[in-house]
Amino acid sequence: MTVLNIATSIDALPPPKMQGDKVNVYYGAKQALFDVDLSVRERHVTALIGPSGCGKSTFLRCLNRMNDVVEGARVEGRIALDGQDIYDRGVDVVQLRARIGMVFQKPNPFPKSIYENVAYGPRIHGLAAGRAELDAIVETSLRRAGLWKEVSDRLDQPGTSLSGGQQQRLCIARAIAVSPEVILMDEPCSALDPIATATIEELIDELRQNFTIVIVTHSMQQAARVSQFTAFFHLGVVVEYGETPRVFTTPVEKRTQDYITGRFG
Amino acid sequence: MASEHTVRRFDQDLDQLSATISEMGGLAEVQIADALRALRDRDGALAERVISTDPKIDALDARVQDQTVQLLALRQPMAVDLRVVLSSIKIAAALERIADYAKNTAKRSLVLRDASVPPAAIAGIDRLGRPVQAALKDVLDAFANGDVDKARAVWERDEEIDQSYTALFRELLTYMMEDPRSITGCTHLLFMAKNIERAGDHITNIAELVSFRRTGHGFADRRPKGSADLYSAAAPR
Ligand SMILES: Nc1ncnc2c1ncn2[C@@H]1O[C@H](COP(=O)(O)OP(=O)(O)OP(=O)(O)O)[C@@H](O)[C@H]1O
Ligand SMILES: [Mg+2]
Repeated sequence: MTVLNIATSIDALPPPKMQGDKVNVYYGAKQALFDVDLSVRERHVTALIGPSGCGKSTFLRCLNRMNDVVEGARVEGRIALDGQDIYDRGVDVVQLRARIGMVFQKPNPFPKSIYENVAYGPRIHGLAAGRAELDAIVETSLRRAGLWKEVSDRLDQPGTSLSGGQQQRLCIARAIAVSPEVILMDEPCSALDPIATATIEELIDELRQNFTIVIVTHSMQQAARVSQFTAFFHLGVVVEYGETPRVFTTPVEKRTQDYITGRFG
Repeated sequence: MASEHTVRRFDQDLDQLSATISEMGGLAEVQIADALRALRDRDGALAERVISTDPKIDALDARVQDQTVQLLALRQPMAVDLRVVLSSIKIAAALERIADYAKNTAKRSLVLRDASVPPAAIAGIDRLGRPVQAALKDVLDAFANGDVDKARAVWERDEEIDQSYTALFRELLTYMMEDPRSITGCTHLLFMAKNIERAGDHITNIAELVSFRRTGHGFADRRPKGSADLYSAAAPR
């Protein structure tokens, strides 16, 4: 009999889009990440999982230098985007954040119209030559975020008038409007109901055709559903990294096993 | 198996599932032993009892199905827990089949009481049955203790059972050729031998599942030849 054999082949790994080498992060005297080595594969979804306070968000924020604005935070080590260190002196952080977009836990549309929420980024980055082009970018982004049909007749209404799930898709539309290469998501569904969550998950699956995605989630099922690679963080260390099906069926490390099977404590 | 879940009901659910399977295993062991003894001692009452006990095992199999469906729906098991749940369904199915073979053997032993067969042929069935009985006991121990080494030993022994079956098959053919009056009886014995050999195959499957629960894989690297690949259609490649 052949039992359900869980074979894995790491041979054909897609190339890393981003790569962290020996990343150490401190908040004042407190160290939050310890020698984290982690690659983010191009056009795939990488899920970061782990118990609260283990450093997932900290690592995510390193990837687009959001920690620069956190008081007392210090980042050591190397983080590369397409092989180039994003912490190099010459790097323009505004440009960098256009290449690496972010979606947060709580949908946070600007207090502006739906249209303006999406148009804002392309406009400040000078991505559209005129109104027609900007309209096109707004429409494409909303379509890609799966929101167009629901809002096309009320683009001038405030973004905050949408439901939570719609707002989160609006934020995703806003993130993709500047054509980033990487999208970082920090618990993007934690404020959403199961249906809105499923919509976002479906969207993530479509987006990975064109974007590299890193998602922090507390839902093991969500990590299993949407990602191809999973990293398990614990106490600021990456305990295990691998292809998602492998990590969720035959984790190597006991701590991973305990966490994903609900035996932590 | 591993340390305890934060949600204790989850542990209770898994324990219950294993308890149901152990109960099935114990019953299947008795059924095989009784079926063999009914044949050996020409004990019709015992054979009848084997037949009437079979529905109990079917009911336990159904209970395992219910328990696993509930576990999957309510607990969303992952990793080792998921493997435990999946393998439980398969182990229960294998035990149900093994018990079925015991029942079939018992039925034939009833018919056999009126047929003429050489006592040596009946002894042959017993010779085949003993290692199968032992393998079932060992695989159930391996299951209870999550003992992969012991499971592997059981798995490796299946080859002997297969060989023993082949030898018995030839022996029975010889009796039939020597004395055509024994053909009817020996044909029943042939079917019984086949049943017992099949039970051995299912025991081998259980051995692999015991390994799968712990490690995520069976012993498929080096399987003994012959026995039909019952579950291969379900295996992703
Ligand atoms: N701005 C900050 N100042 C000081 N300490 C911080 C700051 N942000 C995070 N930390 C600390 O760094 C550690 C990692 O925090 P982080 O937010 O990265 O965890 P997390 O894995 O995202 O947790 P959660 O799942 O709860 O969001 C924690 O001990 C936290 O208290
Ligand atoms: Mg966080």
